[in-house]
Amino acid sequence: MAGFVIRRALGAVLLLVVTSMVTFAIFFVVPRLAGQTVDQLAAQYVGKDPSQAEIEATKVKLGLDQPITVQYGRFVKGIVAGREYSFGPSTEYCPPPCFGYSFKTQRPVWPDLVDRMEVTASLAFGASVLWLLAGVSIGVLSALRKGSFFDRAAMITALAGVSLPIFFTGLLSLALFLPTGVSYVSITDDPLAWAKNLLLPWITLAFLYAALYARLTRAGMLETMGEDYIRTARAKGLPERIVVTRHALRATLTPILTVFGLDIGLLLGGAVLTESTFSLPGIGRYAIDAINNNDLPQVLGVTMLAAFFIVVANLIVDLLYAVADPRVRLS
Amino acid sequence: MMMKKTGLAAVVALALGVTACSSGDDKDNGGTAEFNAADASIVNQSAKTGGTLNLALSDDWDSIDPGNTYYAFSWNFARLYGRALTTFKPAAGKDGLTLVPDLAQNLGEVSDGGRTVTYKLKPGIKYEDGTPVTAKDVKYAVARTYARDVLPNGPTYFVDLLDAGTYTGPYKNTDINAFTGIQTPDDTTVVFKLKQPFGDFDFLVSSPQTIPVPQAKDTGAKYQEHPMSTGSYKVDTYEPGKQFVLSKNPNWDSSDPNRKQLVDKIDVKLKVNAEDIDNRLLAGSLDADIAGSGMQAAARSRVLSDPNLKKNSDNTFTGRLWFFVMDEKVAPFDNIECRKAVQYATDKVALQTAYGGPIAGGDVATTMLPPTIVGYQKFDLYATPESKGDVAKAKDALTRCGRPDGFETKILLRADRPNEVAAGEALQQALGKVNIKAEIRSVPAGQYFTRFAGAPEYMKGNQIGIAFHGWQADWPTGYGFLQQLVDGRTIKAQGNTNVQEMNVPEINAMFDKAAASTDAKERETIYGQIDKAAMEHASVVPFLYGKGLLYRNPAMTNVFISYPFGMYDYVGLGKG
Repeated sequence: MAGFVIRRALGAVLLLVVTSMVTFAIFFVVPRLAGQTVDQLAAQYVGKDPSQAEIEATKVKLGLDQPITVQYGRFVKGIVAGREYSFGPSTEYCPPPCFGYSFKTQRPVWPDLVDRMEVTASLAFGASVLWLLAGVSIGVLSALRKGSFFDRAAMITALAGVSLPIFFTGLLSLALFLPTGVSYVSITDDPLAWAKNLLLPWITLAFLYAALYARLTRAGMLETMGEDYIRTARAKGLPERIVVTRHALRATLTPILTVFGLDIGLLLGGAVLTESTFSLPGIGRYAIDAINNNDLPQVLGVTMLAAFFIVVANLIVDLLYAVADPRVRLS
Repeated sequence: MMMKKTGLAAVVALALGVTACSSGDDKDNGGTAEFNAADASIVNQSAKTGGTLNLALSDDWDSIDPGNTYYAFSWNFARLYGRALTTFKPAAGKDGLTLVPDLAQNLGEVSDGGRTVTYKLKPGIKYEDGTPVTAKDVKYAVARTYARDVLPNGPTYFVDLLDAGTYTGPYKNTDINAFTGIQTPDDTTVVFKLKQPFGDFDFLVSSPQTIPVPQAKDTGAKYQEHPMSTGSYKVDTYEPGKQFVLSKNPNWDSSDPNRKQLVDKIDVKLKVNAEDIDNRLLAGSLDADIAGSGMQAAARSRVLSDPNLKKNSDNTFTGRLWFFVMDEKVAPFDNIECRKAVQYATDKVALQTAYGGPIAGGDVATTMLPPTIVGYQKFDLYATPESKGDVAKAKDALTRCGRPDGFETKILLRADRPNEVAAGEALQQALGKVNIKAEIRSVPAGQYFTRFAGAPEYMKGNQIGIAFHGWQADWPTGYGFLQQLVDGRTIKAQGNTNVQEMNVPEINAMFDKAAASTDAKERETIYGQIDKAAMEHASVVPFLYGKGLLYRNPAMTNVFISYPFGMYDYVGLGKG
């Protein structure tokens, strides 16, 4: 077990390194292949009508005058050991993990990410509880009542949930139920207001995912319920409730857990559309701005954070496999 | 993508046509609310105090540091927490274009043939912490804008105009005496030393770059975390991407005639989805959209179709001109007759429709200067029936150009601007009627002026004949609007805004004449002449004086459109 975790952790670090290298390469190499010069890159961060001297000064300040390998080395050093940054009259130490300072806002990236993490985590975890409860329950009931009115109605609703984009359901639900908009309140300030404000984003996001999970659960349950061991369990005289929950559902949960791990990891890296639609200041909005502003430190920070969450979520899922399915042994 | 989103939002709005809107019931605040009322008058005049002004922005500030910002809404809003040497008269309509002293006692006193401009500060003005404002603080505020590597966002007019040698800002050399562009003989006198006369200097010092900054409090790029206030409000918190909160400045000089201190708090929510902003406005939980660029399609149709909502809206000029240019260095547009052919062939109504029609897009333009700019004169050198183009006149011009069978060219536009893409297609269609075959080339907006339209080498190298453009003045005079667009001496290798590469000595000389003039009326006449001369040159096709539909919460008091900024004036607002 310990060996498994260590191996996966090392793999995760390697993956993060590769992710950062690829992001760096995409930022610097791809535009250059399309003809962009370093001057043109720097000119984006100097404001309107920059002079050549201003562009040169900006290149030096942002380190764009250095080879890519040196810039990457500085970035890694910042994460591991921190780095110093000049604000004009003073220099400030950015402690590790220092993802650098935004080219546009000149603010350190890491505190901004941490600040926004609460919003994204609140959204992701709240919605995931709803969609797991609703999705799995509806999926199981649909499978058990295959062909019934409930099954058909649930699957049509699920199809709608999968088909309708978040910004449509989000805007519709806002206009119908909360035209005054959503204002995020921290859970530490007012837990009730926190939940009240997030309820609509949770339901909207969960509507999409619950639909996916209902269909996934239904398909899994239908397949499992036809297995020999289910027949055996019934033949042994086990109550149907036990057959469904302990035998059928448990086997169905393995693929659901896999998808859940990926979904929650992805959402923690930023629920871009939901955050944008409901104007929630989370990682997703931050990511959009980072990309729109061509702001490398912000893009790197968001990418690394998203990759980290996906890796961690998958690791947790792997560990949970052993709990959900006794046939799986971690070694 | 944007178009899809807008379309869907429209569907949502239609689907919700029955949704109740409590704010539609106008509260009684004087009963002056009617469509466009804030454009020419002050709506809901009141001295009532208290309450919170709730504003929102779909984006964020480039910086709330007055010396490091370059958005129109930001300059408008900065006046709440900072006093520049001059500002605009708090009045509706064209009266609002009048410049008045703010931190200064009077407008600038010009001497030395226009190369020296002196301002005397009003006595008794303090920062929020009670310390007095001195002339040195104004000098320091301007000096720090020279440090472009630290404060990159603001304009460079002072850097370009002041006689300061190779000064690079107060961070590399902290001795402020090294900055020779401004002299401060005493604590209340600020003397600007110019390289050459500049007639609009009073307008220039209305920019937030002259809002005083005490050197001891300056933290460079971090100063935006808490700029020291001299205005009626002070910054409580600024959380980028989240919110910006201001409260009453206890040390504000209440004799200040240019701003009020009515509400207790101003709360600006940042990065709020544009459609969400509209919903909140109509639901009454928001008072105004701070960007002032207008409502989205869904809300627009809702407001315009409901008289109760419509009376709380204003369809105002934003001060922005939408136009396209023909590069005079790219054949066949090196021939003025070919340029005239495009002028006549253009269907401006089709372009107006592409931008959302007369309410969302604006009025058909025939001049480079919009109507809300000092120097505007109405004329149309290339009039066509109903502004829809004149094929016969265009073909005549093509014949004179030696291209009776038309020609091929390319249209450059910003791919991520749906209005511009639609306008490009409309133009392509109109030009096709006179056998001008135009191929559209779309590029990213973020690098439009650094790599593409603003790089003459790219234009020539890729034979781009036509490029779309949009412009808003930094200050509302002909010089502020036109100089960067048509003065040939502004052409540069990248970041070039004179995209048509117009370099006419007579026009350049008129700018010099206007700059040297100390007579405002004379300058106004010259700006009109420059506009006409540039249009005679035919390489710029203005097609829209930009407009937007703004919505004001009926609970808001003292509401009027600020012509210089093309949006509501923020410094006198209250809540009823």
